[in-house]
Amino acid sequence: MSTAVAPETEKSGKDHRKGSKPVVSDRTSAENRLGLKLVAPAVVLMLLVTAYPMLQALYLSLFRYRLTAPDDRAFVGVDNYLTILSDDQFWLSTGTTVLIMVVTVAVELVIGFAFAMVMHRIVFARGLMRTSILIPYGIITVVSAFAWQFAFSLNNGFVNAWFSWLPWIAEDTNWFGDYWHAMFAIMVSEIWKTTPFMALLLLAGLAQVSEDMLEAAKVDGATWWQRLTKVILPNMRAAIMVAVLFRALDAYRIFDNIFVMTKGAEGTQSISFLTYRQVIEQMQLGLGSAMSVLLFLSVLLLAWLIVKLFRVDLAQARGEG
Amino acid sequence: MAALALASSLLAACGGDSGTPELVWYINPDSGGQDAVAEKCSTDDYTISTQVLPQDAGQQRIQLARRLAAKDPEIDLMSLDPPFTAEFADAGFLAEVPQDAREQLEQQGTFQGALDAATWNDKLVVFPFWSNTQVLWYRKSFVEKAGIDMSQPVTWDQIIDAASENGGKIGVQANKYEGYVVWINALVEGAGGTILENPEEGVDAEITLGDEAGQKAAGIIEKLASSEAAPADLSVSNEGTAGSTFGSDQGSFLVNWTYIFKNYDETAPDVAKDIGYTRYPQTVEGEESRPPYGGIGIGVSAYSDDQELALEAAQCLVDPESQGINADLTGNMPASTEGYEYEALQETFPADLLELFQTSVDAAAPRTVTPYWSDVSGSIQNIWHPPRSVDDETPERSTTFIEDVLKGGDLL
Repeated sequence: MSTAVAPETEKSGKDHRKGSKPVVSDRTSAENRLGLKLVAPAVVLMLLVTAYPMLQALYLSLFRYRLTAPDDRAFVGVDNYLTILSDDQFWLSTGTTVLIMVVTVAVELVIGFAFAMVMHRIVFARGLMRTSILIPYGIITVVSAFAWQFAFSLNNGFVNAWFSWLPWIAEDTNWFGDYWHAMFAIMVSEIWKTTPFMALLLLAGLAQVSEDMLEAAKVDGATWWQRLTKVILPNMRAAIMVAVLFRALDAYRIFDNIFVMTKGAEGTQSISFLTYRQVIEQMQLGLGSAMSVLLFLSVLLLAWLIVKLFRVDLAQARGEG
Repeated sequence: MAALALASSLLAACGGDSGTPELVWYINPDSGGQDAVAEKCSTDDYTISTQVLPQDAGQQRIQLARRLAAKDPEIDLMSLDPPFTAEFADAGFLAEVPQDAREQLEQQGTFQGALDAATWNDKLVVFPFWSNTQVLWYRKSFVEKAGIDMSQPVTWDQIIDAASENGGKIGVQANKYEGYVVWINALVEGAGGTILENPEEGVDAEITLGDEAGQKAAGIIEKLASSEAAPADLSVSNEGTAGSTFGSDQGSFLVNWTYIFKNYDETAPDVAKDIGYTRYPQTVEGEESRPPYGGIGIGVSAYSDDQELALEAAQCLVDPESQGINADLTGNMPASTEGYEYEALQETFPADLLELFQTSVDAAAPRTVTPYWSDVSGSIQNIWHPPRSVDDETPERSTTFIEDVLKGGDLL
């Protein structure tokens, strides 16, 4: 059975628009000018609150500048970047961050899809069910991080007590005492918190899958598994990719869980946490700004990679295609 | 109490300059000692209200430093941890203590260690308020079972062996935080060494942690971490969890600050009766131990709108009676001999314990006074944590790392 994808009816129209420049009437161009004027205040505001701090960070990153020794400020060019890029900790933290991103997004995709199916198909207590699935996402990350830290805590947690029948968990397992245990705890907290978000995005995709096509597949004798892999998944590819993109970027910037649970001990510090340590803890505005610039660039790179690799069409996902 | 303080500060924020000026004192969390002192020292000329800082000393530093760097006039008085005093003074955040206040502090017998920790570039920059130190707490029943004579000075080796052989766990502070460096510093100083020399050189100070004393310190941490006496939560232990370990059935020895003595009165009266105390353990047998030095000094912000009043208020906040009231309520011991004479204090604590506190403060080894302490401390935490990873190469590795971090060649 071949893959069934809904036809993209407007494709030809789009190509036409791109191909030749349409003639613009006076009225349209006047409307366009008015549009620009109307949107200008918002653009100026955006530039003020986003572009200005970014440029400021870029500027600061070229200095040796420490908040508690302001007189010691000096221009050092790209030295800060060289320091960071030649530092083991930077690469170790990047590795840890990527690991967290890959594992959590993969797990969340699977669980989130299951949740989305439940939310989509459920017939009774629909509102209640959807609400309860979404609750974790409504909880502040710091709060959920503390809750999970207490759960895994050696002194007052329940994880050791409940799961000590498993061969690798003992009554006195110190979950924050080594890399893998700590990473597990951090990822559990992260997954618990953001799976509902993933489910929500996937639910939107599921709703777009045409019931007619599913009907037709059923009539053709497709099994449940075939309907899933040949009809449902291909038709919600755009939604899946958007969900993966959003969550991957989010996960790459993980901070709260690590800050609360381990404070970066046992090598669990993420790239955001390392940046926090330079800017906030050490008050190294120069070095820290350089780190934030690198963090920004890596997020940008990541977004580009995902969009290119998976050929996500954001416009199509929003239903504008 | 906290609600009251919050309400009053909100009122002040709304009320503006009507009535008496309000001095805002940023305090570290405690069990009401500083609030009581603030109330006592409020006069017709000004009222002192308190605002609570985070629990963690490092976070206290960050909050204060960031606001002071922005020249925030809303901070008048602040409770400062000694290791960060130099950094704040060097950055020009603190008003100098006036001569008459200095004389008062000397008159009331302020401990030399407290004055040293409050001084930067030969200027007194904070008012020593309370001076804390650690002693070795032990369970009387446990040492009886283990058969150790606690009337003589004991060494770390001795207590680790005794605890391992008798199923006890030793409570220390070894999470990745300032408290762990407090322990490391005490071990190094106890072996006659120091973490760094020539702190006035700033980033060019000489790091001496890799010397023999550092090796001794690493040896003790390695021994404890790999012994039966290491609690399961060693790598995340702080003052509180170490206290819980001590109060449990496996409790044997504990190094902790003075306030822990009152910790078990209500929750575990049996444990409270079983507590013994003696001088901090020796790093090297026969060489006097150097207990950790902690405490709080009160700094006056250089950017305060009411600096004169704040300096006057600070003088009252650290008078012997205030120190006594605070010590009685919180167990954080006074920074002066006259403070120790406060009557209620004599009733709350046994006389021999008060004496032990004073001799310990006298012998205490403060962490080196340098504006770069947070870098030094952070670097040590990076390399020496977790405790089970400590071996004989650790001190040397941390020396190189501290040097790199100070010179800006390495991330922290």
